[in-house]
Amino acid sequence: MKKYLTDLVVKRVEFLRDDYVLISLSDPSGRMPECLPGQFVQLAVEGEPKVMLRRPISINWCDVEANRLDVLIHLVGPGTTALSRLREGETVSTLFPLGNGFTLHNGGDILLVGGGVGTAPMLQYGKVLREMGARPHFLLGGRSAKDLLQLDRFKALGEVSVTTEDATLGERGFVTQHSILAAKRFDAVAACGPKPMMRAVALWARDAGVPCEVSLENMMACGLGACLCCVEKTVRGNVCVCTEGPVFPTTELTWF
Amino acid sequence: MQIQENMANLHVQIGNLSLKNPVMTASGTFGYGLEFADLVDLNRLGGFVVKGTTLQPRQGNDYPRMAESAAGMLNCVGLQNKGVEYFATHIYPQLVDIDSNVIVNVSGSAPENYAECAARVNSLEHIPAIELNISCPNVKDGGMAFGTSCEGAASVVRAVRKVYDKTLIVKLSPNVTDIASIARAVEAEGADAVSLINTLMGMSVDIERRCSRLSIGTGGLSGPCVKPVALRMVSQVAKAVKIPVIGLGGISNATDALEFMMLGATAIQIGTANFVDPTVTMKVIDGMNAWLDAHGVKDVNEIIGCIR
Repeated sequence: MKKYLTDLVVKRVEFLRDDYVLISLSDPSGRMPECLPGQFVQLAVEGEPKVMLRRPISINWCDVEANRLDVLIHLVGPGTTALSRLREGETVSTLFPLGNGFTLHNGGDILLVGGGVGTAPMLQYGKVLREMGARPHFLLGGRSAKDLLQLDRFKALGEVSVTTEDATLGERGFVTQHSILAAKRFDAVAACGPKPMMRAVALWARDAGVPCEVSLENMMACGLGACLCCVEKTVRGNVCVCTEGPVFPTTELTWF
Repeated sequence: MQIQENMANLHVQIGNLSLKNPVMTASGTFGYGLEFADLVDLNRLGGFVVKGTTLQPRQGNDYPRMAESAAGMLNCVGLQNKGVEYFATHIYPQLVDIDSNVIVNVSGSAPENYAECAARVNSLEHIPAIELNISCPNVKDGGMAFGTSCEGAASVVRAVRKVYDKTLIVKLSPNVTDIASIARAVEAEGADAVSLINTLMGMSVDIERRCSRLSIGTGGLSGPCVKPVALRMVSQVAKAVKIPVIGLGGISNATDALEFMMLGATAIQIGTANFVDPTVTMKVIDGMNAWLDAHGVKDVNEIIGCIR
């Protein structure tokens, strides 16, 4: 896929929580390039002396016709905090679309598991799966009810199951403890979130005999496969998460 | 190909290597060039140095391999590459039609395998030069071990010079007490040019996890923060040798590039800045052109070494 370096225009900035901001971007050309679910963007950070490198952020929503690309940013450091200070009408230098993306299924029951900011790409993935004729089921986990974002938008696309560690919403526990895993048969599963969560999902999927993909968020510099910093060990050796991933079938990883 | 409306002449010469302008990319920061082809017209570059290549494939170091720091970053990639044979058979054919100088950065663990790797590259018609990496701080065997003593540096250049007859550039380490003496040592063994600086060895600490942020503990520092050190070393080396000097270290715009050239660099390389803005090389070429025009300088060679 052709990559672009464009000054995208900030259309809307919405804090979903103190430390989560949803930013809608548009392409000044009038047409947003096609982005695959699971792909990401590299946003330049301006005006923050501690930050030099771009920040890789997953695509939360992309609508080519509406000229809209949304990113959900978790404020974890000076880079993401600086990005959250973007205001409507400003531009942000964006390198995109990057990475490979999730497998596109044109049918079947697909389980999309998200934890933390890892829920972000699952919204776009669910939208595309639904458009293609598959049935997305979302399984979203957090410590507490306040950790679960965009629930209404997930519900508009498919069934939503929730776990929280403190039982403030949905079932108590981790995503891999949710009753839906035993109650329903899935044709494929995809997970994005903290590594322990993805490992647990991958183990469950292996035991259940369901093909599983995970989206990794290794630290990276370039996003183009040049710096070789973001490597993950695979059965093929060290490969760049930015170009060979971020989505990997778990059979390619050396996790177990 | 884009039409360049040069007022000034940007052409420079490095040994037998003819560069349409002084702007090159630094090894390990520009892949094989192809990764940037959507964003950069590779034909406009004076040259580009592809990633460190060794005789045998190398997996490199474990993740994590990078840490950001103020105006810079550390890396400990450790020369991950698929080996020179893979390069020659799979990558090289994709590069032959690019109208620029494609230079291979050659690394090794002993003079013999440096030479064997260089000899293989010598057989590739469209590779007009190699850059000998005797300065990688991230590998245990070889790399910087050769670049930190005059004898070590000379031994590698001597071995490679016997089997390599095109332009031989030697990339120097800044992690030494006297870089000028190393430069003189490689010049004496027949190097056609030197490039400097490679990264400065450094560390980054995570106080919450009480450990280094890099898998092998240390890494090489690059980016704008190293530029003053690089300028000083380029100036010292330019005064010490007669062969051309290629300057690099923290260059991220045309002003930076011109600073190196005024101190004696015949050409420059852009490294870490490619990660921040993948199109930075084009901006540096345009900016250099614009500065020369604005100052009535007809030939970029006039400013090389103008600061004594």
